[in-house]
Amino acid sequence: MELENATEGQDDLIINVGPQHPSTHGVLHIKLKVNGETITDVEPHLGYIHRSIEKMCESHTYRQFIYTTSRMDYLSAHINNQACALAVEKGLQVEVPARAKAIRILMAELTRLASHQLWWGCTGLDLGAVTPFFHAFREREMINDIMEKTCGARLTMNYAVPGGVMADLHPDFVKDVKAFLAEFKGKFHEYDELLTGNIIFEERVKGIGYISKEDAISFGCTGPVARASGVSCDIRKLHPYDGYENLQFEEIIRTEGDCYGRYLARMDEMKQSMYIIEQLIDNIPEGDYQAKTKALIKLPKGEFYQRVETARGEFGVYIVSEGATTPYRIKFRSPGFSNLSALKHMVVGGKIADLVAVMAMLDLVIPDIDR
Amino acid sequence: MNNEELKSAILAIQPAATFDESGEFLNVHISSELLLPLMLELRNNKDFYFDYLFCETCIDWKDHLMMVYHLTSKSLKHTLVVKGKISNRDNAEIESVAGIWKTAEFMEREVYELFGVKFLNHPDLRKLILDDYWTGYPLRKDYSDPVNLIEY
Repeated sequence: MELENATEGQDDLIINVGPQHPSTHGVLHIKLKVNGETITDVEPHLGYIHRSIEKMCESHTYRQFIYTTSRMDYLSAHINNQACALAVEKGLQVEVPARAKAIRILMAELTRLASHQLWWGCTGLDLGAVTPFFHAFREREMINDIMEKTCGARLTMNYAVPGGVMADLHPDFVKDVKAFLAEFKGKFHEYDELLTGNIIFEERVKGIGYISKEDAISFGCTGPVARASGVSCDIRKLHPYDGYENLQFEEIIRTEGDCYGRYLARMDEMKQSMYIIEQLIDNIPEGDYQAKTKALIKLPKGEFYQRVETARGEFGVYIVSEGATTPYRIKFRSPGFSNLSALKHMVVGGKIADLVAVMAMLDLVIPDIDR
Repeated sequence: MNNEELKSAILAIQPAATFDESGEFLNVHISSELLLPLMLELRNNKDFYFDYLFCETCIDWKDHLMMVYHLTSKSLKHTLVVKGKISNRDNAEIESVAGIWKTAEFMEREVYELFGVKFLNHPDLRKLILDDYWTGYPLRKDYSDPVNLIEY
């Protein structure tokens, strides 16, 4: 706040981190005020890749607008698509075939794994360890190949559509996923050996960026960030969608509230995602992969809100319909935006190097924040 | 509390509130001047305890603006949508809720630049996403941008 006209603390130095800085994972500009090594104020400047997706959606039909959401949180592209499809289905009151639901969950969990793997690799990179990056991308490549075979794209899948999914699974899908699971499970101990039990890494992240449970709720933090502070906020458990209610998995809740807690929460989430995939991969129901919907969808007049759990937290789609073929207003509640608003609370009073650790553990994806 | 209990409890605090149950959640409509006392009560009263503001946004209804607050209680598990009507479009003003829910600080800054709603008593009301020299409010329905072919 008020960095320009600071009258007190004449010894404070202002440092600009970004917009082009490796630790911001994109174009995020952070204005730091430091006194020696200690951070006294932080001010994020957003909007370098703001595309006003909400305005664009107002002129897109209910089939078209889903594709823009892949470009927001590109690491949870499928889950964003799923949220939009679910919101439209809520308005249409269409029953999605069981096969489509299972496929969507499988894809969502694979997406979550890929996102957490990338986060894990980049966290290592941010904190000065280069090797994790190569390990994480080795396994992530297998997921991308699975996605490419079935969806035709590696990152922006655009696979979920209102009524189900766009196409049926590739014949190799089950075989590939099983091969990936076997590979990843065999390699997971390497992840733990490289970072989790590493004393240098632990010293770097333990006790850093603390946020209490009450503050996490007040700042609207969601996902692993909030769950590391003891907030129960997994939408898959609280408001199940697409059949998560029939699956066995645990919501990972920790009490540390610091960066190390967030790290451990994501590591355990990866295991839960693998567990969900294992339950489904041999039990994908037969049948249609898409329910019949009209080519040009008209939603009835009203409001539809759908929330899902992306890799970063609670993603919400709020559609206001006036009964036309395009939405009257769309709001995307993105998890990164709210998580970032807690950044100042987490780092003020800490050291400059802590900022990098905190940002790595927030798992910021800038297009998700800017929209 | 279920929707009926929420209704009667809110009416006891604010008789001017009106309700709409057509959607998924219970909607409370209120004029912008009466918003802040109701919000304070919703947050601090132990029977409501809406501690989590998960979505705050604005809708341009052409003749007026409407602030929409999605609230939920983590402990009591009920959800409520509060809608504050801002009748004066040209000089849109509403009390900030950033003092009640910290997440509102960023969300209101976003609404401020994209809809032109001025939040009274906001701790740091400046543009967040757009350039400082940007004129106009892009998410309003009467916004036109010849460069990007957005027509009013």
